Amino acid sequence: MSKFTEDDLKKELETKEYEYGFYTAIESDKFPVGLNEDVVIAISKKKNEPAWMTEWRLDAFRIWKEMTEPEWANVHYVKPSFQEISYYSAPKQKKKLDSLDEVDPELLKTFEKLGISIGEQKRLSNVAVDIVMDSVSVATTFKKTLNERGIIFCPISEAIQNHPELVKKYMGSIVPKTDNFYAALNSAVFSDGSFCYIPKGVTCPMELSTYFRINEGGTGQFERTLLIADEGSYVSYLEGCTAPARDENQLHAAVVELIALDDAEIKYSTVQNWFPGDKDGKGGVYNFVTKRGLCEKNAKISWTQVETGSAITWKYPSCILKGDNSVGEFYSIAVTNNFQQADTGTKMIHLGNNTKSTIISKGISAGHSHNSYRGLVQISPRANNARNFSQCDSLLMGDKCGAHTFPYIEVKNKSAQIEHEATTSKIGEDQLFYCNQRGINTEKAIALIVNGFGKDVLNKLPMEFAVEAQKLLEISLEGSVG
Amino acid sequence: MELKEKLVSSFLAFENRGNIDLDSTVHAIRLKAIQNFEKEGFPTKKDEEWKYTSLKPILKEDFILFPNLEKSVDYKNIKDYLINDIDSYTLIFVDGEFNSFLSETTHDDCDVCVLSSALVRPKYKMIVDNYLNTIANKNNSLSELNTAFVKEGAFINIPKNTIVPKPIQIINFSTGSEKEVLLQPRNLIVVGENSYVQIIERHQNLSENTTLTNSVTEIFLHKRAIVDYYKIQNDTNESSLIDSTFISQKQQSVASVNTFSFGGKMTRNNLEFYHEGEHITSNLNGISILNEKQHVDNHTLVNHKFPNCESHELYKGIYADKSVGVFNGKVIVRQDAQKTNAFQQNNSILIDDGATINSKPQLEIFADDVKCSHGCTIGQLDESALFYMQSRGIPVKEAKALLLYAFGNDVVEKIKIPQLKTLISKFIAKKLNVQLGFEL
Repeated sequence: MSKFTEDDLKKELETKEYEYGFYTAIESDKFPVGLNEDVVIAISKKKNEPAWMTEWRLDAFRIWKEMTEPEWANVHYVKPSFQEISYYSAPKQKKKLDSLDEVDPELLKTFEKLGISIGEQKRLSNVAVDIVMDSVSVATTFKKTLNERGIIFCPISEAIQNHPELVKKYMGSIVPKTDNFYAALNSAVFSDGSFCYIPKGVTCPMELSTYFRINEGGTGQFERTLLIADEGSYVSYLEGCTAPARDENQLHAAVVELIALDDAEIKYSTVQNWFPGDKDGKGGVYNFVTKRGLCEKNAKISWTQVETGSAITWKYPSCILKGDNSVGEFYSIAVTNNFQQADTGTKMIHLGNNTKSTIISKGISAGHSHNSYRGLVQISPRANNARNFSQCDSLLMGDKCGAHTFPYIEVKNKSAQIEHEATTSKIGEDQLFYCNQRGINTEKAIALIVNGFGKDVLNKLPMEFAVEAQKLLEISLEGSVG
Repeated sequence: MELKEKLVSSFLAFENRGNIDLDSTVHAIRLKAIQNFEKEGFPTKKDEEWKYTSLKPILKEDFILFPNLEKSVDYKNIKDYLINDIDSYTLIFVDGEFNSFLSETTHDDCDVCVLSSALVRPKYKMIVDNYLNTIANKNNSLSELNTAFVKEGAFINIPKNTIVPKPIQIINFSTGSEKEVLLQPRNLIVVGENSYVQIIERHQNLSENTTLTNSVTEIFLHKRAIVDYYKIQNDTNESSLIDSTFISQKQQSVASVNTFSFGGKMTRNNLEFYHEGEHITSNLNGISILNEKQHVDNHTLVNHKFPNCESHELYKGIYADKSVGVFNGKVIVRQDAQKTNAFQQNNSILIDDGATINSKPQLEIFADDVKCSHGCTIGQLDESALFYMQSRGIPVKEAKALLLYAFGNDVVEKIKIPQLKTLISKFIAKKLNVQLGFEL
């Protein structure tokens, strides 16, 4: 019997190419590189945006120009040059499409490779997909079913045209233009994204889903997502990402804003599997994302994320618990391998009475990677009976990686109850031995143990994602035990 | 004039006073340090390490750097601040100057004396050259400031295989001869192989005037040395303390630092451990009980560089009124430090609504075969426990105090000098404003 040693595993892992690293040759409409007011105006024009939107973007651009890139994160990289990026790239299309048949077959093939064949999904699964490929939505399915219930689920560019009152009211209310460097940049140049509105008392009958991809080499992707759950409504939203392998670093600076009005609940799940760079740390996506949600009275926002991709991840999905009795949750698995670096975590800002938050963060580092948890739990003086539970566990594989935790806990109210705990460990030799002894090979045993380690978070994912996420974990980690 | 400019411009005058030898190591160290300080200046809230503590309100005072030494201090003035019922070596400093009448030094088995004499005596030149300012953090501008004005403080040199028979008390008094005074004591402690010493350090203001103490202590432990260090911080509300302690440990040594913060307007403790060998143990314990507008900031760093070492960190805090507690515990486990066990815990109780706790337990781990954990809790007293005691006839005030005692007891239990334990228990009782009628 041939023995699959750890070295073999390591080798296999290192040489394992990014499975989704293909490049679709679609003619695309691309702006010349560089960023100035003209480019911002041009993007806005391209989208047929009303004047107020153009002004909003220009304002953001002016703010961005005054800002400097943040340096506090525990990541090291060559800073992208913002004047060498093309800020708009859209697959060329002559007219709006009414059905899938009209979609470029080449494009459809891409989706099939990604395993998100629209046709199949339409028939088999109960998922409405708003596919975003290089910044422009090319197909939206299940719109009709949603329309019947008054749910608006469309590309944000459409929402700007059709629902300006909602966009005007909420866009930038949670993540203001001035929030941070990348949020300001996004506000100025965002190309497209998803917009979702759930009316009062409506429970969204299906999981809403968006797939982001970065297709064109050398273009940054600036997605903007705005999700509003009106009083008493419920929605579960999935976001999945894959990007083709590229040599130059690609920049991604998205902004996601969630608004949960009284008694509403939003569940936001992400699987992020962008190109992490090859085994020498070359290439890979830079992911600088601002995600934030606001909870009104009795509302609940739950963030679940599985982060396996990107060369650099800088991402802190946060909850502002403004209303009384509101609940914020954050469940995260971040896996880094080779030369990946992740600085991720959450912010829980407790403002209302009886607010509760839970943070479960699992970091797994292998190879030469570094994985940091950075979280803030803040209890304001007026937030009585606030409750927080945080747990950050790290798993280290090999002696060249690092796991770091930077929790910030700021409490200004005596009735607050805060617990925070963190542990760091590796896969125990005895655990492996036990599995081996029961006839489970090392490779399988590691997958088993890692899945067990991440179970608290994986359990929170919707079914469709849980399977994909488990597979991703296995791909990312097999054999990296040292 | 800004304090910074004042300090920098006083530097020459300071050096001239001491008739300094321009070729000496000390001069070179001071000069480098003042240049560093001039470049860096005082830290502001923009520095990550000073995010929760502002020096601004303190630094605006017009501090006198060289207080005149008119006021004499008698034993009766200070005896309350000494632990009298134990036999000990004592090093008493008054307004930054050594007071030989009140002190008890020795040169018999070990050297318990003062830095000013060690700096000039050829006998100690080797030690000064080898150790002084070698582990003080050069990125810490306040410790650089202290180094620039290094002159007086405790000098303790324990040769190998020596168990120091009695504890050493180091007490810095300020008499209030000036309205605002800045004191910068500097302690150098070298403990040889297989030796053992217990040290108690205290800062006390005898007047109502403002004092800022910027103290730096460097401690070196050789192989298998054991040091128990106790810091008592129970100063007046006009006194602020910035204490930086740097500890370097060789293999199999055990260093324990216990910090008891009950008083003072603002206290900042920088405590840093550097490991230089295997099988080292570092213990960091602390308890802070604050009220009114007191502010205590505990900043600790344990830098694990070698395999098979341990660190245990336990900080407890009870915060009342408008007091502010800050805890920043940093544990770094370097790549080579396999089999490290590092534990860190920070528990706090907020008694009043105006009180604040900012906690940042931080782990940076680069090695895989380690056991590291940190825990942090912030909570209240158990209502049902309180109710139980009240139902058994214990008044609510005493019941609360009893629970708070129990909360802090983990740390008090670590004190190895019984008389000191009694003293700390008394401080806690006084701070909680109760008389329990028994000793813990």
